[in-house]
Amino acid sequence: MRPFTYERAGSPAEAAAAAIRMQGARFIAGGTNLIDLMKIEVETPAHLIDVNGLGLDSIEGTQDGGLRIGALVSNADLSADKRVRRDYGVLTRAIVAGASGQLRNKATTGGNLLQRTRCPYFYDTNQPCNKRKPGSGCGAIGGFSRQLGIVGVSDKCIATYPGDMAVALRVLDAKVETVKPDGTTRTIPIGEFHRLWGDTPHIETALETGELITAVILPPPLGGRHFYHKVRDRRSYAFALVSIAAVIQQDGSGRVAVGGIAPKPWRVPAADAALPDAAAAARALTAGATPTEDNRFKIALVERTLAGVLAEARGEGATS
Amino acid sequence: MKFDTPAGTNPIDQGKVVGRPTPRIDGKFKTTGTAPYAYERHDVAPNQAYGYILGASIAKGTITSIDTAEAEAANGVIGIVSTLDHKPVPLGPMNTANLFGGGEVQHYHQAIAMVVAESFEQARAAAHLIRVDYARGEGSFDLKRAAPSAEPVEDSEKRQGDFEAAFGNAPVTLDATYTTPDESHAMMEPFATIAAWEGDKLTVWTSNQMIQWNKRDLAKALDMPIEKVRVDSPYIGGGFGAKLFLRADAVVAALGAKQVGRPVKLSMQRPLTFNNSTHRAATIQRIRFGAGEDGKLTAIAHESTSGNLPGGGPESAINQTELLYAGENRLTAMRLAILNLPEGNAMRAPGEASGLMALEIAMDEMAEKLGMDPVAFRKANDTQVDPMNPERPFSKRKMIECLDRGAREFGWERRNPQPGRNREGRWLVGHGMAVGFRNNLLMKSGARVRLSGDGIVTVETDMTDIGTGTYTILAQTAAEMMGLPIERIRVELGDSDYPISAGSGGQWGANNSTSGVYAACVKLREQVAQSLGFNSDEVEFADGQVRAGERSFPLGHAAAENDLTAEDSIEYGNLDKQFQQSTFAGHFVELAVDAYTGEAHLRRMLAVCEAGRILNPISARSQVIGAMTMGAGAALMEHLVVDKRFGFFVNHDLAGYEVPVHADIPHQEVIFLEETDPVSSPMKAKGVGELGLCGVSAAIANALYNATGARVRDYPITLDKYLDRLPAVA
Amino acid sequence: MTIDHRTLLASRRGVLAGSAAGVAVHSASPAFAASSSQKADADPTAKVSLKVNGTDHALDVDTRTTLLDLLREHLKLAGTKKGCDHGQCGACTVMVNGERINSCLSFAVMHEGDEVTTIEGLGTPDDLHPLQDAFIEHDGYQCGYCTPGQICSAVAMLQEIRSGIPSHVQDDITEDPSVTELEMRERMSGNICRCGAYSNIAEALAEFAGETA
Repeated sequence: MRPFTYERAGSPAEAAAAAIRMQGARFIAGGTNLIDLMKIEVETPAHLIDVNGLGLDSIEGTQDGGLRIGALVSNADLSADKRVRRDYGVLTRAIVAGASGQLRNKATTGGNLLQRTRCPYFYDTNQPCNKRKPGSGCGAIGGFSRQLGIVGVSDKCIATYPGDMAVALRVLDAKVETVKPDGTTRTIPIGEFHRLWGDTPHIETALETGELITAVILPPPLGGRHFYHKVRDRRSYAFALVSIAAVIQQDGSGRVAVGGIAPKPWRVPAADAALPDAAAAARALTAGATPTEDNRFKIALVERTLAGVLAEARGEGATS
Repeated sequence: MKFDTPAGTNPIDQGKVVGRPTPRIDGKFKTTGTAPYAYERHDVAPNQAYGYILGASIAKGTITSIDTAEAEAANGVIGIVSTLDHKPVPLGPMNTANLFGGGEVQHYHQAIAMVVAESFEQARAAAHLIRVDYARGEGSFDLKRAAPSAEPVEDSEKRQGDFEAAFGNAPVTLDATYTTPDESHAMMEPFATIAAWEGDKLTVWTSNQMIQWNKRDLAKALDMPIEKVRVDSPYIGGGFGAKLFLRADAVVAALGAKQVGRPVKLSMQRPLTFNNSTHRAATIQRIRFGAGEDGKLTAIAHESTSGNLPGGGPESAINQTELLYAGENRLTAMRLAILNLPEGNAMRAPGEASGLMALEIAMDEMAEKLGMDPVAFRKANDTQVDPMNPERPFSKRKMIECLDRGAREFGWERRNPQPGRNREGRWLVGHGMAVGFRNNLLMKSGARVRLSGDGIVTVETDMTDIGTGTYTILAQTAAEMMGLPIERIRVELGDSDYPISAGSGGQWGANNSTSGVYAACVKLREQVAQSLGFNSDEVEFADGQVRAGERSFPLGHAAAENDLTAEDSIEYGNLDKQFQQSTFAGHFVELAVDAYTGEAHLRRMLAVCEAGRILNPISARSQVIGAMTMGAGAALMEHLVVDKRFGFFVNHDLAGYEVPVHADIPHQEVIFLEETDPVSSPMKAKGVGELGLCGVSAAIANALYNATGARVRDYPITLDKYLDRLPAVA
Repeated sequence: MTIDHRTLLASRRGVLAGSAAGVAVHSASPAFAASSSQKADADPTAKVSLKVNGTDHALDVDTRTTLLDLLREHLKLAGTKKGCDHGQCGACTVMVNGERINSCLSFAVMHEGDEVTTIEGLGTPDDLHPLQDAFIEHDGYQCGYCTPGQICSAVAMLQEIRSGIPSHVQDDITEDPSVTELEMRERMSGNICRCGAYSNIAEALAEFAGETA
């Protein structure tokens, strides 16, 4: 880990301004991913701006009946919020399917959106990785890629976005609220927040330099039944092979997003339209897939996991 | 003490302490964080500096240069130990891969430099500033590709009768190939050492299972007299074989401490441990069975291919097949391919763990072909003698009893033998079983016992406690022998200044080390009797008193003037040649598979074990459940994945190399058959620490087959391997 | 000289053999976030005041020091263990202001004013915490290395259940969770025990939770 200087920021705007004033500055909130990557010098900030004191840690109702979640609300607190559990169950379910109790106490709403891929070639600085070192090649293509992406990937990078929370946010059509170093604010639809890799896998989100996430906005509740089924090799404390976030209405219509298969939480309008036909929805979700031999099974797994969720929605047996 | 005839009645048979469920005497230290592990010995040497290892970034080749200028100039850096400044250190007999020194890279993450700095943070940062140039060499990294050219392992082929003819004539046959992957020990405490020199004397406070091997090999590596080396390892945060042998941490810490003239502490960073150290090597195993319609095996062949670095050994996956089942015509053989991966070496139950993963699936498949119940099929092929040498009986063999008891307790007869036919909602429920088998190994083991005037007996031995419960069983042994409550016993372990013990490995630790304490206590009893003026034959040691006839004294009286000290070792004759000494288990598993996603959830696990006298049912049970957990990992998730282009284990951290977590493991039942084995030792005990691992993975595989009807022969059995064979969901 | 990984990848093994002079530089260049390479006289430090097991500490530490290394190396509280240093094992679990965290993934300087409880703050060999007692009784450990983390995690975990924090295994997440074996196993899954003492830890927790419920 390289030496870095450290400051505690006093306000969101101040933090954002500091971020462009100091070269190589990064925000730190929970730090569970950043510190991990700093230890192996995948991340090498020269300056850390601690944003934990900014007071962005409350969940408030919005005028249209939604929720505004402060960027510093911890995963644990967000999952436990009574309103979230009642009206946005898919979000609670997604969060508690991720990481461990310890990590969820530290990880924040904003930070979790920025969680970086778990591709092993990204983590090993001896290996080529276009994301970590643009132009160095992709070790995963032709290497070990069982965990990696099948849709939305490119010939430069097949990494996945590894998180769970954002998959639920995608199905809920959340928005990400930010402040830029010049003090201006904007909201970014969650579907536009994470980028596809294309030729620039090192650019992962729509955030500009120094732009700070201040909140995540949830639209009014969708009703329906909420599901998050995460399939993994062990029963807890593991990243998804495939995860399905779904909100299913009484009539079988609904929304579905998939984790573990793409650079971003994967949602396709045609898949929503195809519900409750699991096979058709899965076809839409995996259309154009470019799997490797290692991860071809994810195509079938998407369909089977979705079918299981829809069966549960019909009342045909619990998942646990 | 020479043990060359089966044990008669002895004080251990009293069973006042030995054999009683006894909470660990070191428990209050482990649970309060006060048990000191290697890296935590702040008090043993002043002014400790921090080391941080740099590993090679290629799998094979030569280092052409190492530029340490930038690292040396970094803040806090005291010195840099470079592999190019040293010759390759001479290796002990158990090591294969170079531990340090020279320009040749034999495997990925081989230690090539260490930074010594004032702080951990500074050492780590400077390590990243070392620039290394390599000339890459071509390597062989793919076992499947290398297997056809693998060489037969010398003397590994064993034949009995005419296997080919019997197999050809058998009415029912099986010919199947199974694979097991590379696995990692992944013990919780990384390799760690504090090294300090006092003149030409070196002390390492380290984490090692075999103190004398470590001392011997460290002296050899550093080309110094063995008596100048001291190794101390009282607490070990797991090893599972990874810490059997000298590793790079101790070597570079010692070299660094010498170079900078200060004690150096070093803990290997977790992402380096998987490729830097050893692993359980992958296997390709072909098993052929021939049997008559009566279900009796007539032909058994088990051939295994594994890979290793040049000079390394095979994964002996055929061991158990020489001994486990009857059958007149037999063939076992091994082949070894050269692979330029990290070194393959012992991991818990080396040989049997991998071998039974294959053999016990094959037995399940054969039972099905014969239309027999899997338990009945195994019982039908029991043998009470070494099948390769029928003159040689097993000292004790209770396989059938383990299976019968297990089947009864588990409710085996209620299982549906039809695969894929037991459905509960979305869950496909299955039941499976397998036999566990592991040999009992005898090793010389010594101890010293000292009685002081206050009636306290102190046991000193270089034996280790790697979580096995050694502290407690040695205390129990001394308490039983000296007629004391366990509270009056002190146990000091892991210091090479103490008498040489068997050490911890191969499930030989408990039986041998307690026997060593037994031998020393026999001598101490004689001294006590003499000191008190008793004829030693008639003396009784009980309740803290020494009695003979009408006379009785508190034990401490014997040492009122001076401490009494006795030292002895247990040594073995040829009883293990006359008798085959082995341990047995019946494993039973229930699991459920999500019919949609294929997720497999363990529901019940039962092991019934026969391992001679169980010295402490609490810690022995823990050994078995822990091994069952490791077997669950091997069955369902553990897999070091090889990058076959660049030659390294890709998933080299604890997020990528998944081992079971709490949620994976159901309540586990363990039943020990109440047995003693007088042929094994005066303790009449046998090893148990690895038995629990042997066979359990196959029991899980068989349960998964019973649940789904999908037979998977390649471990780990992850859902991608059977998803296409689950019921249609549309 | 930096290796050209694209060439390497394209060439695979055959061509690699031909180019015996392939070279690699160990240290990675960051993909982005330009680093400050200016060599200061000393590494940056920062002041932090915190309370550990009831004792106040005011320190000036290297900003890179994790809470874990602060405890183990600076305060010599080695009961908290370093198993992976990457948030993948849970051996470093401590409680900060009553909540459990992985102390390896938290910088010490970010704990200004915090109250930290480590295993040493729960009990001592002569005055065991009831959960430490239960671990001994049920043999909820073997090598002991993950044990302090398991115990700290469990104490906080039970509090999380009481506070109504939901979990993955709840059928109805709108309900308050209850102290069941399934719940505890799921919630303890961030604490790996390679010795495999899980079944015994579950029994220790059941007894302790029953007593404290």
